Amino acid sequence: MKKNSNLSYMDSVHRDGRIWGIIVAITLFLFPLAVSIIFSVVPDWKVLAQGILATAPMYWAVGIVEIFTYVPMLGAGGTYLSFVTGNISNLKLPCAVDAMNRAEVKATSEEGEVISTISIAVSSIVTTLIIIIGVICIVPLTPILESKVLIPAFDMILPALFGGLAVVFVSKNLKLSIAPIILMLALFIFVPALNAGTVGIMVPVGVIFTVIVARVMYKKGML
Amino acid sequence: MKFSVNHPILFVIVGLIIAVVMAQSVFFLVKALKRAKELGIKKEVVRKTITSSAVFTVAPAIAVLVGVVALSKSLGIAVPWLRLSVIGSITYETVAAGNALEAAGLSAGTNITDASVFTAIIWVMTVGIAAGLVLVPFVTKKIQSGMSNIGLKDKKWGEIFNNAMFLGMISAFLGYVFCDVSLVFKGDTSGLVPVCVMFVSAIIMAICGILAGKLKVRWLTDYALPLSLVGGMAAAIPITAWLG
Repeated sequence: MKKNSNLSYMDSVHRDGRIWGIIVAITLFLFPLAVSIIFSVVPDWKVLAQGILATAPMYWAVGIVEIFTYVPMLGAGGTYLSFVTGNISNLKLPCAVDAMNRAEVKATSEEGEVISTISIAVSSIVTTLIIIIGVICIVPLTPILESKVLIPAFDMILPALFGGLAVVFVSKNLKLSIAPIILMLALFIFVPALNAGTVGIMVPVGVIFTVIVARVMYKKGML
Repeated sequence: MKFSVNHPILFVIVGLIIAVVMAQSVFFLVKALKRAKELGIKKEVVRKTITSSAVFTVAPAIAVLVGVVALSKSLGIAVPWLRLSVIGSITYETVAAGNALEAAGLSAGTNITDASVFTAIIWVMTVGIAAGLVLVPFVTKKIQSGMSNIGLKDKKWGEIFNNAMFLGMISAFLGYVFCDVSLVFKGDTSGLVPVCVMFVSAIIMAICGILAGKLKVRWLTDYALPLSLVGGMAAAIPITAWLG
């Protein structure tokens, strides 16, 4: 810890995270405003109202649940970055989880915090750079990215990602993983409403259930 | 100014915003690297974290690029470029843009020529997912400090709690892989595609783990996740052709 400062590392992460978060939020909200001013138009209010009504209630609900689910896993620095750069469940979180696992650090420790932040920062920078390259080369790349041959590969990114990740974590926690996996398989197979659109809501259900099971097993000395 | 979805000025503004977002990542990267040094985390561990995170990111980032291409048909290139570089995900941005296009009576893929419809759509995409953006600066500290206490009180439980969280998340996504399996009873085998892809990826991961342990090939452990991811995605092509 630095001797010349009274602020702990964690406190300084929260302070900087807040400042950056507010700067980025304002910048993002200024974008639609800037477009209005530049082209001197007001937004089509009917489209705006209907669009927001159809989109915001569901995604704000999911967003709030996601904050409580992902913050403990991502750590502070990882959270401040991930909630700005997005693609959390399909990119940032698996990336950070894998990095912490290989470095053998816990998400709740300061070492975990640092490794998770490094991993997510690198992942965000690489994603941004790849998209920039893609945007510059969009004309030659479009036929490749849209080719019928490759579509199934991009559609199956989540199963391809979580198959590998599951092996790592299930093999390390065999006893603990039985109950949550059975519950989730049963729910997704037999409840038709559960699909790609609602998996986000099931993540906190899975997390809370597994933590409760773990607590019971731990108290009974089974873990 | 005469409106066009690909007006150069849009690219300039989007470029500036992305520079701000990039600066935030660089700032936190430098900060965490300094702290890693202070904490005495081995250089080797830090280096491997950086390289394997970068390698792992490539395939999912290209998938994001596919989303940019899909959305660029109606929104031009600048807006999808911004939207998919920040917050959200391909699923969200496509739904949000689709909802707004529908409200405007346009179908996905129609090039937008009306600036006021265009601005309305950008507002919908920005506001629709702003929960995290607006709330994270204010609630993260509270949630995060609460979590650190768990590990401090009982070290063993802290570790189990940590693993339980990740397992809970992984089990939800495993469940999702099986969501269309019951279609088999209707004679549709497409629901088995994600299941097969998941198994291919799991097998690759298991082989990497065994080889890394037996032959002491360290780099295999570092790149096992990207290998199983790309292997699974590649396998999806013949599997979809067969079952899809």
